[in-house]
Amino acid sequence: MSTATAPVATTAEKRTDIRGRLQQLLAFGGLIVIVVFFAVANENFRTFSNFTAILFSTVVIGVLAVGTTFVIITGGIDLSIGTGMTLCAVMSGTFLINWNLPLGLGLVLTVLVGGLIGFVNGCSVAFLKLPPFIATLAMMLIAQGLALVISGSAPIYFSALPVFSKISTGEIIPRVPNAVLVLVVLAVLAAILLNRTLFGRYTFSIGSNEEATALSGINVRKWKVLIYTVAGLFTGIAGIMISARLGSAQPATGQGYELQAIAAVVIGGTSLTGGKGSIVGTIIGALIISVLNNGLRIMSIPQEWQNVILGLVILGAVYADMARKRTA
Amino acid sequence: MSVPLDAPTGRSAAGAATATNLLEVVGVSKGFPGVKALQDMHLTLRPGEVLALVGENGAGKSTLMKLLSGIYQPDGGEFFFEGGPFTPTDPKHAQESGISIIHQEFNLMPDLTVAQNIFIGREPRSGGFFLSDRALNRKAGELLRRLELPLDPRQLVGTLTVAKQQMVEIAKALSYDARVLIMDEPTAALNDAEVATLHSLIRRFVTPQTGVIYISHKMDELKAISDRITVIRDGRYVDTLDTATSTMGDVISRMVGREIDTDARPENVRPDRPVLLSVEGLSTRTLLKDVSFELREGEILGLAGLMGAGRTEVARALVGADAVTAGTVRLRGEPVSVRTPADAAALGIGYLSEDRKQFGLLLSQTVNANIGLSSLGDRFSSAGFVKDRPMRAASREYVESLRIRTPSINQTAKNLSGGNQQKVVISKWLLKDCDILIFDEPTRGIDVGAKEEIYRLLNRLAEEGKSIIMISSELPEVLRMSHRIVVMSEGRVTGELSAAEADQESVMHLATLRPDENPEDAAELGIQLPVEKDHA
Repeated sequence: MSTATAPVATTAEKRTDIRGRLQQLLAFGGLIVIVVFFAVANENFRTFSNFTAILFSTVVIGVLAVGTTFVIITGGIDLSIGTGMTLCAVMSGTFLINWNLPLGLGLVLTVLVGGLIGFVNGCSVAFLKLPPFIATLAMMLIAQGLALVISGSAPIYFSALPVFSKISTGEIIPRVPNAVLVLVVLAVLAAILLNRTLFGRYTFSIGSNEEATALSGINVRKWKVLIYTVAGLFTGIAGIMISARLGSAQPATGQGYELQAIAAVVIGGTSLTGGKGSIVGTIIGALIISVLNNGLRIMSIPQEWQNVILGLVILGAVYADMARKRTA
Repeated sequence: MSVPLDAPTGRSAAGAATATNLLEVVGVSKGFPGVKALQDMHLTLRPGEVLALVGENGAGKSTLMKLLSGIYQPDGGEFFFEGGPFTPTDPKHAQESGISIIHQEFNLMPDLTVAQNIFIGREPRSGGFFLSDRALNRKAGELLRRLELPLDPRQLVGTLTVAKQQMVEIAKALSYDARVLIMDEPTAALNDAEVATLHSLIRRFVTPQTGVIYISHKMDELKAISDRITVIRDGRYVDTLDTATSTMGDVISRMVGREIDTDARPENVRPDRPVLLSVEGLSTRTLLKDVSFELREGEILGLAGLMGAGRTEVARALVGADAVTAGTVRLRGEPVSVRTPADAAALGIGYLSEDRKQFGLLLSQTVNANIGLSSLGDRFSSAGFVKDRPMRAASREYVESLRIRTPSINQTAKNLSGGNQQKVVISKWLLKDCDILIFDEPTRGIDVGAKEEIYRLLNRLAEEGKSIIMISSELPEVLRMSHRIVVMSEGRVTGELSAAEADQESVMHLATLRPDENPEDAAELGIQLPVEKDHA
């Protein structure tokens, strides 16, 4: 059952490939339009320092969104990433300040706490067969409660450890905050994970048809646990990034971040029904949210209206994506 | 409502047909960007007849239905209904005008009762606002009695069999006082007894004022139910035949534009080959009882039986998709344990479900992703990274060697026709290097021309030494393909037939045998029954 020479890629193959990329181009086009609009409308917007500020403010949502992209591509949802991030932030304070652990060890442990949250989510979904919405809703409450219990409802300050803040605000590359670097590196790693590895292929397979994937001999439960665990690891990193940025672990924040992250993923063209999505799209989605927030603030539009506009953008973006698919 | 049959009508020159026609399609065309779905389509339904509409997948049947129900508007041409021009604007309009369409996929709400489903959107009220369950159930009961349908208006639709759900659809359609009933593949999920019930229901419906358009792939059914057969191909009208005076061969040759041998028999039957897989005493909690059979190398083993006999359950138990309560499975003489589909895949046992869309394909993924799904882990990856180039080369090889018609391996699976989708699933298991392939209804939803291709492929695979278990509800298919036939009834094996001794009667006899019935019955027919091991 093999021919002598393996046929090579045809032009038709390339054409169908390009069609798949179009979706990302549309989201990217949307981002460009918004950027150009603000740049024309307000001169304070179009400065280098404002662009780095936008990137800087994208980091936490971006990291969460990138991690949860995997979960959403499987057709799942993770509501625990917001308060999970808060719990990880509190744990980083506990490890580094209260327990005085070495910086590297404390960071690794923090990320592992995130992984543990994801692991538990994954087990609830894969083995207890709980709907992801319910399983992660429960985890959202658990993480929120634990963050308050562990911190005694009080912020933990990192003033004794000034190097910690450098993770976010330091500049290994001049004029580019390290946080932006972290997001770029994580996005690249996630894109490789999604597009070049078995992990990524099975993420798409499960989201496309879980039963067929299982019947094809793939251990779906194992991969689902891994996928939620990976999302959890990203939550841990986001916990470090937010406490490094604030210089403190704030146990009462975090809720609402999960919805912003999910919004970024959805604006980026990832389907909530699973099987479709990309890291590039998610980053673009996160940038669209940041640019809107930033631009509207510079134009002195009140916070309340910013939310209204963001909601409308989500409606418009998802509708445009679905309309395009119907005609394709 | 109905217009008198001799009513004068102002019709165009194109409508040359007489006023006695119930429904007429005259020169209708419909195009979509890049495709001409229908071109100059003609169709005539006379009152009091069942007109079969046949054509390969993609011939334009569903487009025609969507035009008739007003989902699409035609680019050109006209419809005439009961003598007058008919321009349906939407499905509701078509239905209220008297044309009801029963789609292959039912439009029923499983959590509502039979009565609620039939009268959805037309619920009887009491006091203008509150629903009246009593009036609803009474109306539905009257309708069901009039149609002689054995249904309880209060039963939840989700608890009904497929055949009874279809009856609900029919009752709903007829409750609109339909004069034209269009049925799309109505028997796709029915067993022979249910098909007979459906046909008698159709005959009762047909009066001098009504007619049925019956869309089907199954030639023997067309023979049984239709008066005339209209064949369409590639969006064009081909011919209309009188059922009584034409043969299956006539119909098929017009559908595909070439002759097909419907009396072909299995190829290369060799009973001397070594046993590859032996199943002993396989039982499950729900249905299977003491199922035993053997599968030889390079053999096509037909697994026959009526719907609900447990054939699919055998397949699912064998690949570890369902739990087994007893039984031994031996592969090349060695007992093996298959607890999950992953175990089965590792042993080289592949299952091709009858429901490709639900259990076989990743519809939203590419042909390449589908073909590679089972083999990525062990053949096309290292350290967790996918080796894309050899993977894609392998996909291209299968697309070429199985003649999968797709513009490229990057095409999304849902855009392929049924036959080509089936080939993609076959490729997946061949690439996994499976020795045993379990085909569950390998040609369901696949048009006639592509069926032949699938049959040739099965023969070729057996020739190359693959062992195939073929589950099929279509007797001609079982008889044509199987080297040996194991027949099941009510979760047990009731007999085994060689290709030489099998015919429609002997298989049907075993399939309808109650497993606890006297086995001498079978012996009379020269049928070898499996040895009873622990007779309880």
